Amino acid sequence: MISLSNIYKSYQTGQSTLQVLKGIDLEIAQGEMVAIMGSSGSGKSTLLNILGILDEADQGKYVLDNTLIENLSERKAALYRNRFLGFIFQSFNLINYKTALENVAMPLYYQGLPRKERIEKANYYLEKVGLADWATHLPGELSGGQKQRVAIARALAADPKVLLADEPTGALDSATSYEVMELVRKINEEGKTILIVTHENDIAQMCKRLVHLKDGVIIEDKLVQSQSPKEYV
Amino acid sequence: MRIVKIILSQDTWSEILGSIRKNKVRTLITIVGVLWGIFIYIALSGSARGLYNGFQKEFESISVNSFFIWSNRTSVPYAGYKIGRRVILNLEDVVAIKKRVPEVEHIAPRIRNGNWGKPPARVIKGSKTGTYSVYGDFPSVSRISVIKIYDEGRFINQRDIEQSRKVCVIGERTQAELFEKGVKPVGDYIRIDGIYFQVIGVHEYSEEGGFSSDSDIFIPFSTYQKLYNTGNRVDWFAISAHADADIVEVEQHVKTVLKDLHDVSPTDERAIESFNLGQMFERITGFSKGMTFVSLVVGFATILAGVIGIGNILLISVKERTKELGIRRALGATPGEIRSLILLESVFLTLISGIMGIILGALTLAAVNNATQGIDFPYYNPTVPILWVGGALLIMVVLGSLIGLLPAQRALSIKPIEALREE
Repeated sequence: MISLSNIYKSYQTGQSTLQVLKGIDLEIAQGEMVAIMGSSGSGKSTLLNILGILDEADQGKYVLDNTLIENLSERKAALYRNRFLGFIFQSFNLINYKTALENVAMPLYYQGLPRKERIEKANYYLEKVGLADWATHLPGELSGGQKQRVAIARALAADPKVLLADEPTGALDSATSYEVMELVRKINEEGKTILIVTHENDIAQMCKRLVHLKDGVIIEDKLVQSQSPKEYV
Repeated sequence: MRIVKIILSQDTWSEILGSIRKNKVRTLITIVGVLWGIFIYIALSGSARGLYNGFQKEFESISVNSFFIWSNRTSVPYAGYKIGRRVILNLEDVVAIKKRVPEVEHIAPRIRNGNWGKPPARVIKGSKTGTYSVYGDFPSVSRISVIKIYDEGRFINQRDIEQSRKVCVIGERTQAELFEKGVKPVGDYIRIDGIYFQVIGVHEYSEEGGFSSDSDIFIPFSTYQKLYNTGNRVDWFAISAHADADIVEVEQHVKTVLKDLHDVSPTDERAIESFNLGQMFERITGFSKGMTFVSLVVGFATILAGVIGIGNILLISVKERTKELGIRRALGATPGEIRSLILLESVFLTLISGIMGIILGALTLAAVNNATQGIDFPYYNPTVPILWVGGALLIMVVLGSLIGLLPAQRALSIKPIEALREE
């Protein structure tokens, strides 16, 4: 599903160049649930941004679902993001003047689906994350956990190949975190490939594979005995 | 085609309305800015137009390329004559002027009493009497100044002149003063300085040279000659030129001819004098045209300021919405979709406020028009040509899109990842 080989990325900070990724090789198969761990500055967010086609690597090859991601125009990039990827952010990134339902329907709008179909699908995914009753509420009226669940529904709505989550539980208390992780696991069990960037060990332990990043290189890549969040609660 | 699809899509509009609803105050201020601009534009150019129409109306009773010419005493000795000789115009001048100044279209010799030391005529109808000015006229005078005759009447015609008929056209006031209410004057007789005249028409009062009134009585020139024994004497000429002629040139030309005919020095400014209505008219219309131009410039500048305000506020709004736009792009919005979202918002705001401004401006113009009805103020039918309104709207839409491009470009220049990071 995802194939990264020899990915390099550096940022220009004033006069000096900061090498963030120094040759990343990573293969992720369909249906995997991978945690990318690392302390801040290890390059994990940069890696996720490259995976999410939000940022471009300086060097290296990135193949997503048999499509080479290289020198994309903004338009093409938008198209691929829309079709291949679902994003879950730490700060939810819901559009605050749109209702939960409208937020979920947004990627479908950019897919060009007719209105009726969008509403139908959005309702389906809201139900899936257990928020059918909150469809007409604005994000401001939802709790953190609910917001993240709306965001997950939104990420799922376009039926992407891969879900990319950037610290999805970073803004939540642990009980809510585990609820959200439970939901993510359920989605993974239905066959969706999921990548989670986190620095929380317990969250990483709930995934099936753990990639440890340090100073721009992968220092550890192992399968883990996935623990159900329920065990923590 | 794609842009048409975007514009027609209900979703586009719900996006735009959503963004507008989110920023009510911002939207309101923006709208007021442009609304004010187009309001000023409409109100100013409409008022200028109203003034122009008002002046037109004031002058509509006279042919605008016409002038009056009369004689005085000479102020320069010439050709053996001493200074102070009285110059008297006469009917023979008409032929000479027509022959030597081909630009002259109509020439009407006129003579009157009740002015310049000549006592007005004493007019009697039954037991009622009054004193009124009597004019000796040719039919051609009605070609130079409009003489409106009420129903069932007519003005003096060529036959009246040829046969020196004792017919007269009386004024509105003459009728009111000499005739009983409800009595039709046409066909009836009045006595002018002892002679019976048949009334052939009643004229409406019209503002003309300043010395006419609604009690004036017109009789055929030939009849006047006989009644007052004036021979070939003419008090003044009313002359109109062809539409394409330069009225000032024609005026000078006629003066030269008259000076030549009457042995007046070419340098004598006083012996032959004239009053050019066309020039007056041109000066006044020139003034109102200037007003129109100024109002266009001011209006356009105000619109421009309003549109720049929209651009400015959109720029701020794009900055505010950096994150939202980043989210949209992460969800798959193409740059084109982001651009049209912002552009359409700009154009939509401009259009809405423009139309509101036009309506408000039109209401104001109508109110001013109503307020100035019936008072002596040259203001009439203040309109703004639909072309100007449409043009202003078009300019606003074009400017609105151009100014919207700026924030749209800014929105796109930020990478989605940077946009998302912004807190």
